[in-house]
Amino acid sequence: MIESAIDVKDLTRTFGSFTAVDHISFEVHSGEVFGFLGANGAGKTTAMRMLIGLLTPSGGTARVAGHDVYTESEAVKRSIGYMSQRFSLYEDLTPRENIRLYGGIYGLTMPQIRERTGRMLTRLGLARVADEQVRSLPLGWRQKLAFSVALVHEPRIVFLDEPTSGVDPITRRQFWELIYEAASGGTTVLVTTHYMDEAEYCDRICIMVAGRIGAIGAPADLKKQFGVDSIDELFVRLARPETAVPESALPERLS
Amino acid sequence: MRRLLFLAQAEVLHILRDRVLLAQVLIVPIIQLLILSNAATFEIRNTPIWIVDFDRTSVSRGLVNHLAASGHFQIVDTTPSLDRANEALLAGTVTMVVVIPHDFEVSLTKTRAAPVELSVNAEKGSAAGIVQSYASRVLSEYASELALARRSSKSEGGRIDVRVRGRYNPTLNYKHYMVPGILVALVTMIGTLLSAQNIAREKELGTLEQLNVTPITRGQFIAAKLLPFWVLGLLELSLGLIVGKLVFGIPMRGSVPLLFGVASVYLAVALGIGLWISALVETQQQAMFVTFFIVNIYLLMSGLFTPIDSMAPWVRVASQINPVRHFVTISRAILVKGAGPAEIARPFSVLAVSAVVVLTIAVRQYRKRAV
Repeated sequence: MIESAIDVKDLTRTFGSFTAVDHISFEVHSGEVFGFLGANGAGKTTAMRMLIGLLTPSGGTARVAGHDVYTESEAVKRSIGYMSQRFSLYEDLTPRENIRLYGGIYGLTMPQIRERTGRMLTRLGLARVADEQVRSLPLGWRQKLAFSVALVHEPRIVFLDEPTSGVDPITRRQFWELIYEAASGGTTVLVTTHYMDEAEYCDRICIMVAGRIGAIGAPADLKKQFGVDSIDELFVRLARPETAVPESALPERLS
Repeated sequence: MRRLLFLAQAEVLHILRDRVLLAQVLIVPIIQLLILSNAATFEIRNTPIWIVDFDRTSVSRGLVNHLAASGHFQIVDTTPSLDRANEALLAGTVTMVVVIPHDFEVSLTKTRAAPVELSVNAEKGSAAGIVQSYASRVLSEYASELALARRSSKSEGGRIDVRVRGRYNPTLNYKHYMVPGILVALVTMIGTLLSAQNIAREKELGTLEQLNVTPITRGQFIAAKLLPFWVLGLLELSLGLIVGKLVFGIPMRGSVPLLFGVASVYLAVALGIGLWISALVETQQQAMFVTFFIVNIYLLMSGLFTPIDSMAPWVRVASQINPVRHFVTISRAILVKGAGPAEIARPFSVLAVSAVVVLTIAVRQYRKRAV
């Protein structure tokens, strides 16, 4: 039995009197595509930031790739890749230069960097623009580049924070193909998303509601368990229990 | 170490691709040097004065001639009207009114003393002081000439002949004194501002977050950020020295490599302060604000424009920890006086200690993980 890629127990984060993440516990198995769902402000990003070592937890324990996030955050960083919500590569560098920079920071050798750069650029169809500054590329292309850069050092786990927000449906499909490719190569993927159809692509999902876990499991099992037809329906039911309120009452509440 | 080089390489590319930044570094400081060096002077030349000569004798005219010949004053009017002279003083068209009373010559021959009134516009205190001291000097010179003339007629001896020699800057050229200091100011402004904006900019862009999830260490990160700007700072100094030499003919009596050696350490301080600010703030705007605040205080307390000896005692003490002060001192000492390592050891040791302290703080201040 391989140890789980991510193991979280009672992880909590407070900001003043506000509890953004409230005692969440879950496990992500190696090689799994794990979806993290939730409304804005449900605590997805906060939870992810604690796991990747950008934010100190207020309580609970978490192990990522077998390393403790409190005491071994640098070891965690060596084993993970991360792609943030905002495009965070250098726009004044070319795709080739961005790959070289991150390859170098993760300790790859020059031959390794050259080999992977060639392979990645060909795979992404970016070979033609390899030496153009990133700022001139369309958003979808940039996102694919950012994803590949997050994988340049072949990490055990990759964290993707809303990787497909704002890109067109075709690019989204291509993106998910890339995610499956990475997963089939043995990389564990933890991905947050707003798109409920994307939830169906995940091996397992976790729906966060107000800092807590509302539901966790394989999409098919969850639909059966809650007696719903789609994840979308489940999500709305969990995230907004007040939809039981008659529709006619809504305009008043808004005014 | 390899990581550091990859990051530094990217940093160099950022600099080379940023035209505004390049202009900021290479062109703006040269323009500032050319303008400031001509503007920042204590020297007063051709200041307009009004001489109210009520006496109108050969002795009083001699005084007027001496004032005119000194080169410091431009006599705009000699109309003997106190009212009109005072109006001109109030209007600011003259900086000084010299009043020679009508019994000037008589009183001088009778009592060997005669009053002359100097009314100086003291709105600008230091300038007034200088105008007054120039005038007093001319007056006393004239007085001793008159005395000498009388004494020689009465065959009198024993006279002290004071000869002042300006060491290190014999022609008392203010530019030779100001340019080495202004160079320090420019290197400080550019270095601190650029490095202060740097991390703040990466915070704004979100690129810092991507670096923070990598295993790069804080020391490597700070060093990689520092290195390209450090080279840029030294380049800036070279450029400034070349312009100083070619345009202003500043002396280079001491060792230029020694100056660059000190500059290397000094830049670590200036850039370190910038990186420290950068780690504290969230936006580039905040970074600029804090930098201007700190750099202004540093420059005003550095002895660059006003002598440290004339500052309040507590300011003098406080200025001991001002790195700008020490580098201004060293720069002037090496270039103008030809000072060697032994003469600059004390201010240099302050810079060295500051470099260690500031860099340590900058590295510690920078956090990869939010608390």
